[in-house]
Amino acid sequence: MNKTTPSKTHSDYLLNLRKQTIKVRLSQLLIFILFFGLWQYSSDQKWIDPLLFSSPQKILALLAEKIADGSIFGHIGMTLSETAIGFLLGTLFGTLLAALIWWFPFLSRVLDPYLVILNAMPKVAIGPILIVALGPNLTSIVAMGILISVIITTIVIYTSFRNVEPNYVKVIRSFGGSKYQCFKEVILPACFPAIISALKVNVGLSWVGVIVGEFLVSKQGLGYLIIYGFQVFNFTLVLMSLLIIALLATLMYQLVEALEKKLIKNRTL
Amino acid sequence: MAFLQLKSIGQTYFSKQTATTALEDITLSVSEGEFVSFLGPSGCGKSTLLSIISGLIQPTNGTVSLKNQLITQPHAKIGYMLQQDYLFPWKTIKDNILVGLKLQGCLNDERTSYALSLMSEIGLYDTLDKYPNELSGGMRQRVALVRTLATNPQILLLDEPFSALDYQTKLKLEDLVSTTLREHGKTAILVTHDIGEAIAMSDRIILFSTKPGRIFRTFPVSGHLRKRLPFEARQHPDYSVMFQQIWEELEQIEQNDTE
Repeated sequence: MNKTTPSKTHSDYLLNLRKQTIKVRLSQLLIFILFFGLWQYSSDQKWIDPLLFSSPQKILALLAEKIADGSIFGHIGMTLSETAIGFLLGTLFGTLLAALIWWFPFLSRVLDPYLVILNAMPKVAIGPILIVALGPNLTSIVAMGILISVIITTIVIYTSFRNVEPNYVKVIRSFGGSKYQCFKEVILPACFPAIISALKVNVGLSWVGVIVGEFLVSKQGLGYLIIYGFQVFNFTLVLMSLLIIALLATLMYQLVEALEKKLIKNRTL
Repeated sequence: MAFLQLKSIGQTYFSKQTATTALEDITLSVSEGEFVSFLGPSGCGKSTLLSIISGLIQPTNGTVSLKNQLITQPHAKIGYMLQQDYLFPWKTIKDNILVGLKLQGCLNDERTSYALSLMSEIGLYDTLDKYPNELSGGMRQRVALVRTLATNPQILLLDEPFSALDYQTKLKLEDLVSTTLREHGKTAILVTHDIGEAIAMSDRIILFSTKPGRIFRTFPVSGHLRKRLPFEARQHPDYSVMFQQIWEELEQIEQNDTE
């Protein structure tokens, strides 16, 4: 009814809503401009050391140069693929491990303290061992990306498996469903939201793992550029790589969010 | 020979501190097509008994048999309906009602069209492509009834299926369930703590006492009430007489408890 004759109050409400959105967007833009403007200005005025903190202008110039000679794409491609493999495999292995523990309750009681210890331990510290064991190559960097996310994924997803409303399982069992059917029809689909949110967390974690991995060993990648820039005291290169990482990580996160919207649009319990 | 036969069922729960007897020496038979209600105060083990009949729980003592066949695990001939609908929110209504057939590996055209015909019977055929969250509580419980009936069970176990609904919806649903079960000639056991619901729907009411759960009294429902739909039965003079009678027995059980 209201659709055909929109009342004055309703259009006021919509207008107000739009005003709010515009205000938020403008403020966000303002922060962006202020941050980079201030950075540039203070660098020009030598308020901050331009050698250390560089400036947006220099970073952009360097980026343009690297894009022009095409050298940046190899680095981006390398890091991006390592990270994507790392976070996908980390989530996959974590989910598989959680499924295994769910299937055998005995195993869950046995492994509980070990999971806690492994989760608390800083995985990055295993990096050197990984490199010696797996060789100074892509495998050990990807392994770093997986390692950093797999335990926390296991814990989070196993917890969500356990929190599935038991009456859903009862429905399946009352139809004579097997344990595998309980898992496939209820436990797994009920935990899709948890798996997706683990995926979101792992995007961030995997970047950390891969960049640290590249710090330790690599001849290519954004992590390599950072450590190289640091060694030759080219902080413009370091900051440029950092900005690219921030941009890519955000894009990856948005991608997972889009996937989430597509997969779980009909869920409100 | 009885259709469903329970022989001296006993159930004991163990915890670190105690062993609690939830049910003791339940012997009972239900004939085909009969509608029996289990009535009793909370904690009398009536829901536990229903889970035992369904084969979901193994009793500590005693046996359950359906047509002389021992029930030790969930059986295709036994349908179970829970307090709430528990429709899977990630499946469409159609996939929800077919889930039982899918699980039992007998999802064919014939069974599917039977399930779909049940949907038109309860007047929800046009919701097939929707998701459960788009339906009201009453509609969802009707869909859950179809899900249970779709596998064509011979006996239906109803575990307080109307308790989560508002009063008006509940009355309407009682009539619908009663008609549907009668038309399809199903045997049913209803667990409830609502005296009125038990009288209006059943052929026989079994009253349970608590601590441990035992059969306290059995009330046959008069023919006048049985041939009427639940809603009409509630208006009949026999209804209030029986209500009074059961009420007093329940008071008795409560008194015994406090002593």
